[in-house]
Amino acid sequence: MTVNGNGKAPVLVVLQMTGGNDFMNTLVPYTSGIYYDNRRTVRIDEERVIKINDELGFHPAAAPLKEMYDKGDVAIIQGIGYENSNRSHFRAMDIMHTAEPLTISTEGWLAKAIRDIDPDGKNVLTGVSFGRGLPRAMAAAGVRVTSVGDLDTYGLMTSVEIEADRAEAMDIFKRFYTPAIGSGATMSYLKQTGDDVLTGIDRLQEVPGQYESTVEYEDNPIAKGLRDVARTHIAGLGTRIFYVQHGGYDHHAIEMPAHENLLSELSGALRDFMDDLREHDAAEEVIVYAFTEFGRRVQDNGSGTDHGSGGGAFIIGDRVEGGLYAEYPSLDPKTYANGEDLSHTFDFRGVYATLLEQWMSIDSVDIVHGKYEQLQPFKTA
Amino acid sequence: MSTKAVESKTDPALLAHLYRRAGFGVTRDQIDQLTKQDYAETVEFLLNPTPETGIPDDEITRYMGGEAQHAYLAIWLYRMLNSRNQLQEKMALFWHGVFATGLIKNEHILSGTNQIEMFRRNGMSDIRSIFMDLAKDPAMIFWLDNNENHLGEPNENWGRELLELFSLGVGNYSEIDIKHASRAFTGWTFAQSPPLYPHGYYPADFLFDADDHDNGEKEFLGHKGNLDGGDIIDIIVKEPACAAFISRHLYNFFVADEPQVPTWNDLPPLDPELIDAMSKKFLDSGGEIKDVLRVMFNSDSFKNARSKKVKSPIELVAGILMLAGEYTDYRPGLAEYVQTTTFNMGQLLLNPPTVEGWHTGKEWIDGGNLTERVNFTVEQIGDGLSPGIKQIIDQLVEGDSLSTPESFVASTLDALGPIDVEESTREALIQFASNTESDEARSRVVRMLRLMVSTPDFQYA
Repeated sequence: MTVNGNGKAPVLVVLQMTGGNDFMNTLVPYTSGIYYDNRRTVRIDEERVIKINDELGFHPAAAPLKEMYDKGDVAIIQGIGYENSNRSHFRAMDIMHTAEPLTISTEGWLAKAIRDIDPDGKNVLTGVSFGRGLPRAMAAAGVRVTSVGDLDTYGLMTSVEIEADRAEAMDIFKRFYTPAIGSGATMSYLKQTGDDVLTGIDRLQEVPGQYESTVEYEDNPIAKGLRDVARTHIAGLGTRIFYVQHGGYDHHAIEMPAHENLLSELSGALRDFMDDLREHDAAEEVIVYAFTEFGRRVQDNGSGTDHGSGGGAFIIGDRVEGGLYAEYPSLDPKTYANGEDLSHTFDFRGVYATLLEQWMSIDSVDIVHGKYEQLQPFKTA
Repeated sequence: MSTKAVESKTDPALLAHLYRRAGFGVTRDQIDQLTKQDYAETVEFLLNPTPETGIPDDEITRYMGGEAQHAYLAIWLYRMLNSRNQLQEKMALFWHGVFATGLIKNEHILSGTNQIEMFRRNGMSDIRSIFMDLAKDPAMIFWLDNNENHLGEPNENWGRELLELFSLGVGNYSEIDIKHASRAFTGWTFAQSPPLYPHGYYPADFLFDADDHDNGEKEFLGHKGNLDGGDIIDIIVKEPACAAFISRHLYNFFVADEPQVPTWNDLPPLDPELIDAMSKKFLDSGGEIKDVLRVMFNSDSFKNARSKKVKSPIELVAGILMLAGEYTDYRPGLAEYVQTTTFNMGQLLLNPPTVEGWHTGKEWIDGGNLTERVNFTVEQIGDGLSPGIKQIIDQLVEGDSLSTPESFVASTLDALGPIDVEESTREALIQFASNTESDEARSRVVRMLRLMVSTPDFQYA
């Protein structure tokens, strides 16, 4: 039940907002006295909110996101989370990456999806992560994925100037990195990684040269990451899952200017990304899923906000049925988790199931470890 | 290469292993000296830093124009390459990874670098002093917002990470403990230093603001009373969980790659016996880190742990620069390696990705990082003209090392460490040696060295 209309294989771009985005200050409940009572300092005053209805409105720095929302391209999932939300960044992110809140899992949810899409690992570019470090969501034993630091300088042994020497070295290099049975787990992984690099490198090196666009992205890390996604997707290398990261959301202090800056970078980059794809007739088959590891405490601490729960996520794309999904977490103190956090209203595993089943046409039960209620955020015709 | 060792008391390969772990590497000439003494003596030498000569801090600082981040990183790398107190430098890096503090937020560079100086100074002392210094360290206070932790308005950032990431680990405290620990540290802040413009960087000093301190009753890990930050630390350091947690951190950094820290409550240590021995020493000695390190380095488990750790980017970069004999005196260009090269491999010192520090072991490796690592090490071998590489080539071509493909491979691996490789790697290298028997000797050695540093095996410490 693929829902994209142009017959191209669906593509999922996962965007990680690292650190715990303050959902209440992203989609502001501007009519709530409880919000303003709890947020003495770290608050968006009503006159600054860009309203979307009688209760909620965007942070002013997210104006480009609001424009996309008005066009019907943004589904906002309110109150995403899980029971007994973990307040540790690291454990909470692990849970988001593995869809496994109760035990430690070594298999990422997207890696399992990649395994499903490409069970024999025929295309090492089926899953591509841009930026430094491979997220655990993309990692699982035996799943071939590609991680690119900088798309513009990607290449191997480029310092060896004599071409014959380089060819000779690459030949032996290929032997070093031939996956073999009997090595330890880390050694097998190392060899597999080297082998994957060799397989993907020639095709990725050609991407920057093929790309032309009138869209000018801003100069910040998330804009660069999304531009690399756009360039690679447009090049048509068969990538079905992309991963990019936007760091810095852990605002315990001096949240107001820092959060504003991040939301401005993020929403501008998302707008430019979608414009770029449309210019290349490559938007229909793409959605972006933007998430974070948890929401933040209802009450501010005078300068920032501490770790909480009940966060929010976004699904963005031309085939998205824009609007509000699930319930905004209740601000009634009687409903708080731990007496001070927003309670979640929708299980994140149901969102994964929605993305996997309805967008990617992948069975989700093994990936999210069970059946969870799904949303209907895509256009049906 | 090892013909000089007349009477060998210690295996050169073991010494190379010790120096890759307890330091950033060692030259073959130094190894030949160290084989004349017992292994345990070398460990004692590393555990007891002696006054340093020949680190021209002032000169480097002046050359690099003050306390800027790149100047400090250049000095730090210079020390890694040239300090005789290799373990002292390694411990500064260890604590930086555990108490991961980032300049990206702090921006006050002098505080960030003073914190590293603090780790160099106290890194092998007792754990109580280390935690007390850390709790009063302005860079840490600002990094985890303890300056925003006020009477009646507690900020839990420092309290939480102190327990979760620095001392006890998940599962050994409750959310209530975090709240009370945070209250105990209210008022632990720093005095504003004069503004950067036009005064330049001045150190910020720790300040206890009694008016902002919560003197109410608190309850922490079963202890009740008007506890303050010092009491919290006193309670923590006596916890067996603290002994086990710090011991496991040391094991993970020096011996073998453990799974990532957040899993430690769920997954048992790789070597429970050694962790128990280290924890016992920790508790018996009142948390003397030097005593715990002695137990660890002298254990069979450590000695047998060759190739059980993936090199961090800074270990890879410092190791190959030391091998190449570069920067034995101060020259410009050093900052580039610590500003750009290691960053491209996933590690920028003074800027860990989060307060959890860098993910280590296998997680140092992905396609992008592996590409950077191979490209960099191959480039450092270059055309074989750097002093250290030239010396290796001279010795190999002068002797009869190149007489057979097997001896060519064996003696070159010896010259690079000695280092170990898997059988499949050795076979590929021997194949190369056989294919090129008629080629000019120096060119053959250069190409062999390039190949060896690009092996999967070379990614291990």
